[in-house]
Amino acid sequence: MFFWIQMGEYIQFAWIALKANKIRSFLTTLGIIIGVATIILIFTLIQSINKYVEGEFANIGSTSVYVSKFPWVITNNYFELRNRPPVTISEYEALENYSTYARWISPNIQAMRTIEYRSKSLDDVLTVGCNDEFTETNNVATEYGRWFTPLEVSHGRYVCIIGETVENELFDKEDPLGKRIKVGGHPYKVIGVLEKKGNFFGFNMDNQVLLPYTAFQGYAIHRRGITVAMKVDDPNDLEDMKEETRGIMRRVRKLSPKEEDNFAINQQDMLTNLYKQITTTSYIVIFIVGGISLLVGGIGIMNIMLVSVTERIKEIGVRKAVGATKGQIMLHFLFESVVISALGGIIGMILGVLSSGIPLNLMKLDASVSVATVILGLGFSTFVGIVSGMYPAYKAANLNPIDALRHE
Amino acid sequence: MSERSLIQFENIQKTYILGLTKVHALRGIDLQIKRNEYVAIMGPSGSGKSTLMNIIGCLDVVTEGKYFLNDNDVSELKDDELAHIRNKEIGFVFQTFNLLPRANALHNVELPLIYNGTPASKRKELAIAALEKVGLADRMKHKPNELSGGERQRVAIARALVNNPSLILADEPTGNLDTKTGAEIMEIFDNLHEQGNTIILVTHEAFIAEHARRAVHLKDGKIEYEENNKAANRRSRKEEV
Repeated sequence: MFFWIQMGEYIQFAWIALKANKIRSFLTTLGIIIGVATIILIFTLIQSINKYVEGEFANIGSTSVYVSKFPWVITNNYFELRNRPPVTISEYEALENYSTYARWISPNIQAMRTIEYRSKSLDDVLTVGCNDEFTETNNVATEYGRWFTPLEVSHGRYVCIIGETVENELFDKEDPLGKRIKVGGHPYKVIGVLEKKGNFFGFNMDNQVLLPYTAFQGYAIHRRGITVAMKVDDPNDLEDMKEETRGIMRRVRKLSPKEEDNFAINQQDMLTNLYKQITTTSYIVIFIVGGISLLVGGIGIMNIMLVSVTERIKEIGVRKAVGATKGQIMLHFLFESVVISALGGIIGMILGVLSSGIPLNLMKLDASVSVATVILGLGFSTFVGIVSGMYPAYKAANLNPIDALRHE
Repeated sequence: MSERSLIQFENIQKTYILGLTKVHALRGIDLQIKRNEYVAIMGPSGSGKSTLMNIIGCLDVVTEGKYFLNDNDVSELKDDELAHIRNKEIGFVFQTFNLLPRANALHNVELPLIYNGTPASKRKELAIAALEKVGLADRMKHKPNELSGGERQRVAIARALVNNPSLILADEPTGNLDTKTGAEIMEIFDNLHEQGNTIILVTHEAFIAEHARRAVHLKDGKIEYEENNKAANRRSRKEEV
């Protein structure tokens, strides 16, 4: 209780002292301002990007695997991977026949096609050949209309489901259901419209058309290969499904035990892991950069506090004469250095958050300012204040009152 | 002890070590000061009066001997305990006033109360009361550099009084003041004595010492002689009549 009654006093003492040397106090705290602003700026940027990326990754689905020629994360062996055979429709069929863990499975054949409706046309629309289970494996659903039926897929019916952008571009206010559009010159009946998906890493997910893969004309784009999406019901089965899929693929491709896999089984955590690696590195970098500037700022504070103690030896003597204990003098100067540096921390925090608005605005991201940001800014600066104030405060506390009073 | 003394010195010695030589500042002082006494400690420079004042004021500790303040042995206390004693029992008045330059008069007077944790409202009340006693309540918002020398010393006296100490210890309180202002300050001390305070003046000026009822003369670290100030005693008796 004693301490808390006095805490306000110490802050007031510190404030009086800082006000008496405004320019000096400001220059002293500048190092902390710059250090904290840097840390907060980068921290806010990373956090905001994180939030965005996490949202994007949710699109991929954590209980799915995606079998394809290339892994999502290619480090340095692209030229070896290039020689792999593409994943084919017959391999998809083998997986569908033999997989016991996959609850849902769909091929994913992609090409860019021109879409036409009456006099209007839309170039370079992502056209996806899939089956009736694609809605589960790839987390897509129709806004209205309906999904493919198994029969439509097995019989190769000329039906399609369009994305919102396609709907808006081609149909104005007309109801697209039941209308015939041309995809790459072939006529398809629109049976559904996809829910709005927005952008996925900048790619407009609503600018696409889904077809039954059996009705995908000219899918002898074979050379590029397809992706097979597989999804489990129970997340605990994911690893088993991966192993089983690997076994089926190796068997189908007749790989000898000595040969490596020549296909990739992709899943969400490959991307999240990669992303985590990148952010961990950037965190380390900001802590080093910020740490150095805070160290420099801290040295500045220590230096000024030593000057301040020397200037005020007589004052310290007076305070001791009227009954200030060592601890009280120590706290007095510690608070002074903490107030300087915490003020710098607050200003730096505000500057950091404000300046993060500019790049975030350019990237069209929302700023994410968390409690962690505030704790980080205040915590770091307070810590620097305590550490750099310790020695000057100790020096002040241990002055002999008689010598201090006599000091001119 | 038949009659309780405020200050009881038993064979106080203080030795400083300066390089290789020992300096005996006090060489055995026996002294008693009772409550409500008005004592002047006198002596030429080098006589040990500053050392004695520091010891009385608990700014310094003795090398040998016993010092009882209010029947408490303070000769072997630690730094922080001495700080508490200074806060509670002793009010200092210095030759150079020693006010905090950036704080106003009120804040300066409040200072001892801050260090013993008196709540802010109570503190202000006590500080204003102390400033009223020295006739400066109307100038409490002024900073030391806005006050005259005499006013500064009165602020310092208010600061010494605010904690209601057992003892007011004044070290050459008029040394930096002109004669007229000095006389006004001494009048305040006289009044404080009338009101029951114990006052110890350290001075080398005889006309200042004349205000005290008793003078202790130091020489070479020992008490040379003591005298009762007949004139002052007579004056106060006259006032009583």
